[in-house]
Amino acid sequence: MMVSPRVAPAPRRWRGEGGRALLWLSPWIVGVAVFFVYPLLSTVYFSFHRYDLFTLEFIGLDNYRYAFSDARVLQSALNTLWLVVFMVPAQVLFALGVAQLLTKLKSGGGLLRTIFYLPSLVPMVAGTVAFVYLLNPATGPVNQLLARFGITGPDWFGSAAWAKPSLTLLALWGAGNAIMIFLAALLDVPKHLYEAAAIDGAGAWRQFRSVTLPVISPVLMFSAVTGVIYAVQYFTQAMIASRVASGATDSAGTTFTPGYPDGSLLTLPQHLFHTGFRDWSMGLASVHALLLFVVAMLFTLVLLRQFSRAEVVS
Amino acid sequence: MRFVSLAAAGLLALSLTACTAGKEAPPSLGAQPKATTSGTGPAAAALPAATLELWHGFSTDVETKAFEEAVAGFTKKFPQIKVTTKKGIQDDQITQAIRGGKAPDVAASFTTDNVAQWCKSGAFQDLTPVIEQDGIDLTVLPAASRAYTEFEGKRCTMPLLADAYGLYYNKALMKGEQPPKTLSELTELTKKLTVRDADGNIEVAGFVPSFQYYENSPSHLGPMVGARWYNDDGTSAIGSDPAWKQLLRWQKELVDWYGYDKLEKFRKGLGDEWGAEHPFFRGKIAMVLDGEWRNAMIANDPVAKELDYGTAPLPVADDQPELYGSGFTAGTVIGVPRGAEHPRHAWELVKHLTTDTESLVTLSNALRNVPTTQAAMEHPDLARDDNFATFLDIFAHPKTSTLPPNVNSVLNQDAFSTFLIQWEKGAVEDLDAGLAGVDKRINDKLKLAGG
Repeated sequence: MMVSPRVAPAPRRWRGEGGRALLWLSPWIVGVAVFFVYPLLSTVYFSFHRYDLFTLEFIGLDNYRYAFSDARVLQSALNTLWLVVFMVPAQVLFALGVAQLLTKLKSGGGLLRTIFYLPSLVPMVAGTVAFVYLLNPATGPVNQLLARFGITGPDWFGSAAWAKPSLTLLALWGAGNAIMIFLAALLDVPKHLYEAAAIDGAGAWRQFRSVTLPVISPVLMFSAVTGVIYAVQYFTQAMIASRVASGATDSAGTTFTPGYPDGSLLTLPQHLFHTGFRDWSMGLASVHALLLFVVAMLFTLVLLRQFSRAEVVS
Repeated sequence: MRFVSLAAAGLLALSLTACTAGKEAPPSLGAQPKATTSGTGPAAAALPAATLELWHGFSTDVETKAFEEAVAGFTKKFPQIKVTTKKGIQDDQITQAIRGGKAPDVAASFTTDNVAQWCKSGAFQDLTPVIEQDGIDLTVLPAASRAYTEFEGKRCTMPLLADAYGLYYNKALMKGEQPPKTLSELTELTKKLTVRDADGNIEVAGFVPSFQYYENSPSHLGPMVGARWYNDDGTSAIGSDPAWKQLLRWQKELVDWYGYDKLEKFRKGLGDEWGAEHPFFRGKIAMVLDGEWRNAMIANDPVAKELDYGTAPLPVADDQPELYGSGFTAGTVIGVPRGAEHPRHAWELVKHLTTDTESLVTLSNALRNVPTTQAAMEHPDLARDDNFATFLDIFAHPKTSTLPPNVNSVLNQDAFSTFLIQWEKGAVEDLDAGLAGVDKRINDKLKLAGG
């Protein structure tokens, strides 16, 4: 007599557990499907079409060919790259530096924390408009102050060379959130590690490099990754600064050319927005969106890899 | 598994809902029987009671009050129709609403940049059938006004009020000189009226020739030389029309006379175009190109209202004196979006606001914009002082032109303006090659748009 092998009840239990797991995960699954997968697939689909929001016509790779031969795409991508390469590190280093200083203060720390944090509460548009007025080359108080010392101030937002550095200043001014996150991380570093390092003869720099940095590296990584994603999506400040500095308006027979001066503030998301919502070329804007997605993914992956390697080494 | 199936089905349903939003066949104009002509007679009462939604871009108290008064004239004529208005609406909101199937019955826009797309895509309904049904004679509108409200034979909007552009001059700064009639005279007068300090910095400018100065867009300046934007097939005419080169060379010569850096320093130090610090209000510029609406702004500014100023048509190319008196015009457009719940009622409202003389005169007097019909312009109740009358004449001039509707209107203006900034700063060595580049950018995009 053949004894049939006993079938384990596991699959049945798995199915029950799997179902429950899916049930609990369902809000997330639905969210990702509706707000990420569906829009992403739609974007890919629209990128092969001429789409003005009302009519849809398949045109193959025409949108891709046009996008990759459009000088404004390259210009906006380079501007975005500039922000990633210069503005993000500047903001991270500035926030870390200020936070480090705040941890050393014996008194007045609360007041200074408030002062550094307050700008991040100012609405983005208002803060940008105020900055453009402050840095107005002819009437702004900054250049007037510089003139008192015999220094001719730059054109700031009116000059292609200075426009992005001016935006970086704005970003540093509004770095309150990053400062607070770094401050919390720095205060969390166990004191005994510093004491041990000091006993081993480590100086301030060595303590910072060998104790502080390894402990706060997850926060650094968070700050860098979110900073890069933020820079890749940089839109409002560049748009407002550009518009206010140019003095241009949209009225009968006039139109605002984004990126003033000389396209130096035209970021990829702005170009995408204008292509889609001002030029009605949603198919082409979809190509820009995919390009933006790829760039953001690449930067994030590179950063994650670098930080994991640094963690292993430390 | 049942849950997964349910979730999949839900997602599919959601996707289909999203895909089909706004695709239901709405009632359209012309498909419905003619209900009325005009007036308060029995024909007007034939339209059933309804509530219309009207979206417009007016936002200040004065503007919205004037617009509400014009609408009140309509509801007096059609007491069974109620109109609710929504102010401060931008074009992209209108487009999104149409696409989402929640279009208002009537929508108005301040710019003409989207007329071509709205007409081409069918986002706004073609008004031709009801215009013909109601026997409206569109020749009461100047040709330029007719041009900026239609595209490729589809009249999907009507002109509500118009803007016309001319020259404002500060009489005190003109030192007894008359406004220039030609570009040569403008150059000469600019040099004469400009005041500089010991370092050569500009203190008072005769005329600011920069394309980056407030209203000095190529659209507004082009009519001074009779320049054309497009060929008959919709491709760019900028590189091939010698008039643009004539304008650009004249402009560059004047920029160079000032010195680009000095002019930029002066321009960047000027006040806000829409505020009390406007340089014309403050006596920093003797002559400016501006729209008719500047008259109202001067009258309403506590300091500027004392300004002794005059208005004149823009100076024109020396070799085209017949252009003198003309200028640029565009304006507010209004139409019936696709998906409007009550298109026939909506058309009656559009018709009233754009062709009813009393309504146009009321609006024009309140907003100090140019009324679009001949009857309204000649109406005795229209407030017409000398400075405002200049713009009425410019609007009615047979050679007055507009920026023709184009599916890539914004991009085309961007492309040209971007080039002009390079040009005036002296970064363009070969003008012909530069303009050919502008043509290429415009034409490539036109091809991509299927134009």
